[in-house]
Amino acid sequence: MSHLLRAHAPITEAGWQDIDDEARARVTPGLAARRTVDFRGPHGWEKSAVSLGRVGDRDSENGVEIATRLVQPMAELRAPFSVDVAELRAFDRGAEDVDYDDLDRAARSIVIAENTTVFHGNAAAGITGITEATPHDPLSHDGRPETLPSLVASAVDDLMRAGVQGPFALVLSADAWILVSGASEHGFPLRPHIAQIIEGPIVWAPGVSGAVLLSMRGGDFLLDVGQDLAVGYLTHDIEQVDLYLEESLTFRVVSPEAAVAIDVALSSA
Amino acid sequence: MGFDQYHEPPEELSQETRTMARMFASMTEEAEAINWYEQRLAIEQDPDARKIIEDARHEEYKHFAMDFEFLLRKRPEWRAIAQGVIFRSGDITENADAAEEGAEVGGDEGGSSDGSLGIGDLRSAS
Repeated sequence: MSHLLRAHAPITEAGWQDIDDEARARVTPGLAARRTVDFRGPHGWEKSAVSLGRVGDRDSENGVEIATRLVQPMAELRAPFSVDVAELRAFDRGAEDVDYDDLDRAARSIVIAENTTVFHGNAAAGITGITEATPHDPLSHDGRPETLPSLVASAVDDLMRAGVQGPFALVLSADAWILVSGASEHGFPLRPHIAQIIEGPIVWAPGVSGAVLLSMRGGDFLLDVGQDLAVGYLTHDIEQVDLYLEESLTFRVVSPEAAVAIDVALSSA
Repeated sequence: MGFDQYHEPPEELSQETRTMARMFASMTEEAEAINWYEQRLAIEQDPDARKIIEDARHEEYKHFAMDFEFLLRKRPEWRAIAQGVIFRSGDITENADAAEEGAEVGGDEGGSSDGSLGIGDLRSAS
């Protein structure tokens, strides 16, 4: 049995399958980092750190130099949720409208946590995000949908001037994604025009602020996952089962110049 | 160049399925190459030629293993079954039957070998 302790839960095999299916369906659409940066792993729950290939300050003792290897620790992200025992039993009897509202809330929370960790950093986890690391000044959008393609083109120009090749991904906050998907430019939809400029995906990213343009050439942004997203068991009583969504990860920006942030104004001028 | 790895119209297949089709084709080619080198080694008498063929076969072992691992990472259920069969002592058929049953019921850890949701890398899904 693994650290997830699933065998201790009063949940049938079919019930676990349904919970996993629900969790997978809820988290997958919003996991923007996994659609755009280098994903490495899963390395397993036992993975505690990734090597940085460097050593700290050298000390000397009795004529022998001592240096400590530098590593970046894995962070554990956990989003607890509960399911009513009555709902689980209803599922076992064939109910198709099982109430997983709290799971849905936890799924959204952990998606936002993963996205914000990668794109904006996570001080508690010791992780510097893409928009924190980039040396490029953020570009500001004036709120008019029709000016967004030229602004994205400027961002692509910034990256190419820095020697960064594409294809590029445009990662958008939920609000910015709606702006891009719903707006038109001289009667033509914005989305395909922007996709043509960046030669890569336009990605919906809950938790991200504004927009981020980044290269997908590879090797610039490294997301190391130990335990991939999983549902584990915490405890239960006669009325409810307490579970959690969990993963372990760390993230490093290898090429800070390979991304630029865009402040997207959301009120049309 | 042919596109024989597709059995359905490629334009109807997802990016992930097309990538997997390429890796399936690569793995098949590596297995064929290992087979060819095995047969050549069975009859080759020249020591230098044998060393070269053995070196080539060694490379194909590695390529086959990489292709296989890539595909297993994409399909957690397949990985769960493979873990019950590969690198295990005992009767291969019995191990396979037990692994298949374990994967079907999800064991005590659900549908993936590490208990995870099996989401992993989504770049090919964008």
